[in-house]
Amino acid sequence: MTKPTDLTDPAALQRSEDPWAGLRRHTSARIALGRTGVSLSTARNLEFQMAHAQARTAVHSPLDLDALEADLGEPLLRVESRAPDRPAYLQRPDWGRRLDASSVARVEAIRPATAPDVALVLADGLSSLATQQSAPGFLKAFRPLLAEAGLSVAPPVVATQGRVAIGDEIAAILGAKLVVMMIGERPGLSAADSLGLYLTWAPKVGRTDADRNCISNVRPGGQSYEDAAYRAAWLTREAFKLQLSGVGLKDRTVTVDASAQVEG
Amino acid sequence: MYSHQVGAELFRFPDLRTLMARATPLRSGDQLAGIAAATDVERAAAQAALADVPLKTFLSEVVVPYEADEVTRLIIDTHDKAAFAPVSHMTVGDFRDWLLSDAADSAALAALAPGLTPEMAAAVSKLCRAQDLILIASKCRVVTTFRNTLGLEKRLATRLQPNHPTDDLRGIAASTFDGLMYGSGDAVIGINPATDNLHATVELLHLLDEVIQEYAIPTQSCVLSHVTNTMAAIEEGAPVDLTFQSLAGTEAANTSFGINLDILTEGHEATQSLKRGTVGQNCMYFETGQGSCLSADAHHGVDQQTLEARAYAVARKYEPLLVNTVVGFIGPEYLYDGRQIIRAGLEDHFCGKLLGVPMGCDICYTNHAEADQNDMDMLLTLLGAAGINYIMGIPGSDDVMLSYQTTSFHDALYARRVLGLRPAPEFEEWLDKMGLMASDGAFSPARQPPAALSKRMSLLEAQ
Repeated sequence: MTKPTDLTDPAALQRSEDPWAGLRRHTSARIALGRTGVSLSTARNLEFQMAHAQARTAVHSPLDLDALEADLGEPLLRVESRAPDRPAYLQRPDWGRRLDASSVARVEAIRPATAPDVALVLADGLSSLATQQSAPGFLKAFRPLLAEAGLSVAPPVVATQGRVAIGDEIAAILGAKLVVMMIGERPGLSAADSLGLYLTWAPKVGRTDADRNCISNVRPGGQSYEDAAYRAAWLTREAFKLQLSGVGLKDRTVTVDASAQVEG
Repeated sequence: MYSHQVGAELFRFPDLRTLMARATPLRSGDQLAGIAAATDVERAAAQAALADVPLKTFLSEVVVPYEADEVTRLIIDTHDKAAFAPVSHMTVGDFRDWLLSDAADSAALAALAPGLTPEMAAAVSKLCRAQDLILIASKCRVVTTFRNTLGLEKRLATRLQPNHPTDDLRGIAASTFDGLMYGSGDAVIGINPATDNLHATVELLHLLDEVIQEYAIPTQSCVLSHVTNTMAAIEEGAPVDLTFQSLAGTEAANTSFGINLDILTEGHEATQSLKRGTVGQNCMYFETGQGSCLSADAHHGVDQQTLEARAYAVARKYEPLLVNTVVGFIGPEYLYDGRQIIRAGLEDHFCGKLLGVPMGCDICYTNHAEADQNDMDMLLTLLGAAGINYIMGIPGSDDVMLSYQTTSFHDALYARRVLGLRPAPEFEEWLDKMGLMASDGAFSPARQPPAALSKRMSLLEAQ
């Protein structure tokens, strides 16, 4: 039991602060912001501006593919969706779910002679920052678990201006039985760098969210790469056992973080 | 077939739903659906053709087939012909002129509401500028009651929205106290739960009920779970004030939400049977938003703004306490930027009020939309001028559970000051009595919590 804050602290009042700032220990919500008149102080206003600027930067920055390959320590097949740029991507989710024609040919060209078990697809989604920052760390933890399970893996692919479902088309061309899609989630003000993982059994064009399992909020300060890899590997093994994914496959590892944003 | 001649060019529109879609001010959702006007001239031509359509046409030519859709059947079967009579001879264009005229006062508009279909309201909104949407809506009064009175002239209520990423009870209590200190919460204290878990819903209902009872706050609580969850909570004896549900404007979209009119009727009856209101028994809370039908692939080629108005026809059947459009939540594929969000917010409020629905608005945006706080300030000010019943109130505009930005406790105080808008009368009296905010018109919250609150807040802080 800690000593309660003195709610009549004159120093706090003078700083336009609210005397109940101690309640912040219970929530990440922006409580006890204080006021000048009935408005936010300059400092509070600027904090908000910065958080919004960071969230927008996460949405609008392109993936640095060279840096991503360097961090992964292996080359990636680079493909593009049918959305030519970010404004088109944001307005046409249907374009972001499909490969453009030249990308289809590039994926066909690397199709393994023997059908792989698992396809690994990365995409910028709504936060390139998340993919840039967390996909390499996740894969480093995840790939050994796939190898342990005796599953073969197709050459990894990275899609730009991509939505979750573009992984289905890529994996179908590769002939993979299951796809693991790593994609940036819609940024919030407090976390602009959440990576989402989507597992889909028997991937093909036309699969919906009901066919997928999702692991969200993978980021430093969120779900760790090791935990996410453990859960993704568990779901992968179960998917191969049950020959399905989605609503019929329940994650029985730990409770799912329901606050995460699902990106479609 | 509808048409309009512009110089040498004849613009043709095969049916009413196409005409309505082409006449709609530009927005990304209609473009995504492939039904928007191709050019500005086509849009203006469609608006001109729409202005000449008799209002009676909307009773014979439906935009979604009667046989295939229970929302259409509800609209047609419950249409009040006597209420419609005063405007039944008008075209859409005449109707706009009448709405702006001095003959259309609050009493005339209230009497007309049951005679209007959502498609009529949507059609006339497409001919209105922003100032028309504001001026006409400001003449509409839709007053509802539960433990206080909402929607009175020059009053603005707020939903205190103390969401928490994991439904932590202490976190939710902390945000609730923060909101009460800023005079928020007369529309409802309403939580979006992080899960649809029944046990969690019941726990949250008890927490809110305890706070409301302990301080005798003249307001109501709500946990915004699925209607069937709330019905299960009622069966368990949980203290349910308001039953919540998201609504859309077609049967197919509502099916995707796991509801239909019968389920809503059951939810309404179960909630009413508790008789927990003290001033009145409006006990439903609905949320809507343009784009939900398209998102559910259930739009029937109808524009998203018309479909949104149809959701209000569903809402009004249940005499709700609160209805709000969550205008910028759905994302830029439906409303691309601040300009489109502002227009949509004004349209939704206008259509809801014309139809007799107690409209509020979640004035909001996501981080992938081309919008920011400045756009929200504009929409807030415009809706305040339009006489909106209530807005959201959240700590610092940042919803840490749903990851979007809406209006803050501070924003509501800004709107009160600049537009002279007071809280609901019973709540205002309570704020004054508690020492939280003097009813002196300055809307300045107390700097320190009054004794009754500070004890609980200190205890909470120490937990």
